[in-house]
Amino acid sequence: MSKDHVERALESDAPLSAAVHQRDVGKEAAEERGWHEAALVGRSVTINRPRAEVYAFWRDFRNLARFLENIERVEVGDDRRSHWVIEAPAGRTVEWDSQIVEDEPDSLIAWESLQGGDIKNTGRIEFSDAAPGRGTLVTATIVYDPPGGDIGKLIAKLFQKEPKVQARRDLRRFKQLMETGEISTSAAPDAGPRGSFS
Amino acid sequence: MRALTWHGKHDVRMETVPDPQIVNPRDAIIKVTSTAICGSDLHLYDSYIPTLQRGDILGHEFMGEVVETGPGSTLEKGQRVVVPFVIACGQCFFCEHQQYSACDNSNPAEKADMSEVLYGYPMTGAFGYSHLTGGYAGGQAEFVRVPYSDVGPIVIPYGLEDDKVLFLSDILPTGWMAAENCEIEPGDTVAVWGCGPVGQFAIQSALIMGAHRVIAIDHHSHRLALAKSMGAEIINYHDVKVREALTEMTGGIGPDAVIDAVGMESHGFTIDNILDAVKTTVKLGTDRTHVLREVIMACRKGGRVSIPGVYGGMADKFPIGALMEKGLSVKTGQTHVQKYLPQLLEMIGEGKIDTTYIISHRLPLEDAPKGYKMFKEQQNEVTKVVLKPD
Repeated sequence: MSKDHVERALESDAPLSAAVHQRDVGKEAAEERGWHEAALVGRSVTINRPRAEVYAFWRDFRNLARFLENIERVEVGDDRRSHWVIEAPAGRTVEWDSQIVEDEPDSLIAWESLQGGDIKNTGRIEFSDAAPGRGTLVTATIVYDPPGGDIGKLIAKLFQKEPKVQARRDLRRFKQLMETGEISTSAAPDAGPRGSFS
Repeated sequence: MRALTWHGKHDVRMETVPDPQIVNPRDAIIKVTSTAICGSDLHLYDSYIPTLQRGDILGHEFMGEVVETGPGSTLEKGQRVVVPFVIACGQCFFCEHQQYSACDNSNPAEKADMSEVLYGYPMTGAFGYSHLTGGYAGGQAEFVRVPYSDVGPIVIPYGLEDDKVLFLSDILPTGWMAAENCEIEPGDTVAVWGCGPVGQFAIQSALIMGAHRVIAIDHHSHRLALAKSMGAEIINYHDVKVREALTEMTGGIGPDAVIDAVGMESHGFTIDNILDAVKTTVKLGTDRTHVLREVIMACRKGGRVSIPGVYGGMADKFPIGALMEKGLSVKTGQTHVQKYLPQLLEMIGEGKIDTTYIISHRLPLEDAPKGYKMFKEQQNEVTKVVLKPD
C-alpha cells in the first residue's frame, strides 16, 4: 500500500518532499536505512549567483552556522568529516559527527551522520543551473530519525517549529547571504544575525 | 528617541524608545527631517492589516539626513535622502528586473512565512507596515535604520526643500506607476476612483503621459476641487450615478483605463458595500471591494484596469465575468519605488511635477496621534499631514 503511494508520486516530475503521503515516504526512507522512523524535509531555492560559487560556499561547512539558525557551529575535521553542535538550554549541547558520502564539485554534496551521535541524519544538497541568466537552483533534502528520550525532548523543545518551516527559513537565509552578503533582519541589534560583518 | 507607536485600533502614541543602530553592513541611520501619514497608515490605524504588534513604530513616508553608515553603505554622513517605503536588496532576480516591491530578500526569513502562506510567495520588506512585510521600524520617529541603504535612498540636492521631495518615498511614484499601468495611448480617457494623494498624483501623471481626458471620482468636495485644479473632470458619487455618468461622458464607450486608488476601505451606501462592511466587521475576512467591482464594470471592452489601492485578503462577489468577457487587463502591485526615483526627482527639479499642493496640515512629530485622528475623521479637509521632529 505504502509503496504504491510513493511509487505513484515518483511518476510525477516533482520531488518526494511534495508527495501527499509523507508518512509513507518517511517509512520507506527509514526502511532503506534500517532506522526506527524517518522524517523527510525538502526545499528548493533559486540563488542569483553562479553555481560554482554557491557550491563552494556550502562545501566549506564552517559557513553553515551563519545561516542555519539552530546550528551553533560546525567544526571541520578533515576533508570529509565534520562535527556539528547545537547549543541547547541549561548548558547542554546536541552533537554528532558527519561524513561526506558523495561530493561532485559544483553539483552535489551528500552526508551521513556517524554512529554514536545524538541525531541520526543524512542530507543531500543538489546544485544545478537555473534557466539561463537566473543563477543556481539549490535543492536540499534532509532525512532524520527523530530521537526519543531526553535528547528527543530537548530537540523538540529547541526546534519547536516544524522541520519543514526551519528548512525553509534556513534556505532563505542562505539565499540572502549569497545574494546580498548579509542576512535581513528587523530585530534589535543585540538580537541580530551572527557573523554578517565579516 | 521619540517615535509614534501602535497599540491597537485607533490607539497610537508617542513614546520614548531605544535609538536604532547599524546591524548589517549595508545599513545606514537616517535622522528624520520630514515624515508623513499615508492613507495606507489608516488601514493600520483601523486595524485592517493583521500582524501588527503593540509598540511597533509606524511610518513609511520619510526623509532625512544620513547620520551613520555601515561599511557596505554607499551613503555619506550629512547627505539628505528620501527613503523608499519598499526595502529592496538590489541583487535578487526581482530587483535586477526592477521589480523592487517583489524583492526576495528584504523580508527577514522568520517573518516571510506569513505572507508565503497568505499569498503563495513571501512579500518584500517595508518600513512600519506590520510584520507581514518584515516588522521593520518605521519613519514616524526621530531616527530610522535603513537596510540596503546603497539601493533605496535617493540623494536630494540642497536647495530642494523637504515638502517638494518627501512624497518620492511612496505616493508620488505610486500615482505615477498607477498611470503607467494604464498603458495610456493618445486619445485615452482615464477614470480615477479616489482623490486622495495617490489619486491626485495618478491624475497628474496620466495627464503628463498624454491622456486626453482624466475623470476623477470621490465624494469629498475639497478633494474633487483639487483634482479639478490639476486638470481632471470630476464626478461626486453622492450626487451622480458613476457608471451612468461615465458611459454618457465617453459617448457610450467607457473609459479606456480605470484606476482604483481607493482599495480595501471603500465607502458608499450600496448593497455590496454594506455586506462587505458587515463581513469585515464580524471578521468573515473579505475585503471591501466596492470600488474594484465598479472599476471593472465601468471599464470599456479591452480596457486596462490599474489597482494602486491596497487590498490584503479575499474578494467576494468579484465580477470575473465582466473581466473575462470584456477582455480587460489588470496591473497592480506595491510600487517599485526605486525604479521611478531618478526620473521623478528630475521632473520635480524642473518644476514639471508639483506635489506640495496636497499638504493640508503640518504638525510637530509629537502631535502625530492627533494627526492620525484628524486624517481619519476629516478626510475632506485633511488631504496630507506632514510631521516634523523637534
